Amino acid sequence: MTSATLDHYVLISALLFAIGFFGVLLRRNTLVVFMCLELMLVASTLALVAFSRFNGTMDGNVFVFFILTVAAAEVAVGLAIIVALFRKRQTIQLNELNSLKN
Amino acid sequence: MANFLFYAFALFTLATAAGVVASKNAVNAAMCLLLSLVGVAGLFVALNAYLLAFLLLLVYAGAIVALFLFIVMLLDMKETESRGFGKLSLAAIILAAGLLVTGLSTFATRGRLPVGDPALTPALGPDIKLYAYQLFTTYLLPVQVMGFLLLIAMLGVIVLSKRWEGSDDVK
Repeated sequence: MTSATLDHYVLISALLFAIGFFGVLLRRNTLVVFMCLELMLVASTLALVAFSRFNGTMDGNVFVFFILTVAAAEVAVGLAIIVALFRKRQTIQLNELNSLKN
Repeated sequence: MANFLFYAFALFTLATAAGVVASKNAVNAAMCLLLSLVGVAGLFVALNAYLLAFLLLLVYAGAIVALFLFIVMLLDMKETESRGFGKLSLAAIILAAGLLVTGLSTFATRGRLPVGDPALTPALGPDIKLYAYQLFTTYLLPVQVMGFLLLIAMLGVIVLSKRWEGSDDVK
């Protein structure tokens, strides 16, 4: 086992991003797609923290603060939209939600 | 020991993230997301970002996953998720997979990221003063913008979830 370097962390973060990306592509349930979006955001924060640690700067760590805030706001609004959509259409399956009108 | 923890947390994170994508039930997916976030928090600890690990657990695991579970149970949807893809989306998926594999393999074989000398780079440590100093000097304007963003998000959620008079909601 070699010591964990920046490459290791960025590779883990890229793999996590890839898993979230394929979740967005493959799943039809809007809620699960949304969870996979969150996974992608977390993967990007992992890369930021790793870069920050291995370059001895604070900027990446502080940026993660803002990402957390935006993610919280995004989840609140997104889930409200999903609930409103469900009230209107009685479904949240993506392949049944294919028209913008009615 | 630290290396063992890194590999353990990394494997745990990736396995549970795969669980989010693979699980049929949305509640199971939310639980896997929770475990995956715990793994990422462990990696943050390995990177000496203790405060961020704590915040990640607090904000994501405490608030966001709880909100997801609440909505999953509120909507109580059918378990049927239809399978099969159209030609176009199948092509898009294959293209995306190809690009991703190419990118990751290029990165793994010839990636050389710019790193300071690890012996010279001091661990920043858990000093909360560093965060506070950055947030209230360099990033003061973004902090205020974040405040407005949260306010707007809150108002938007209230508007979205209010039942308007004369709306044709299906009861």
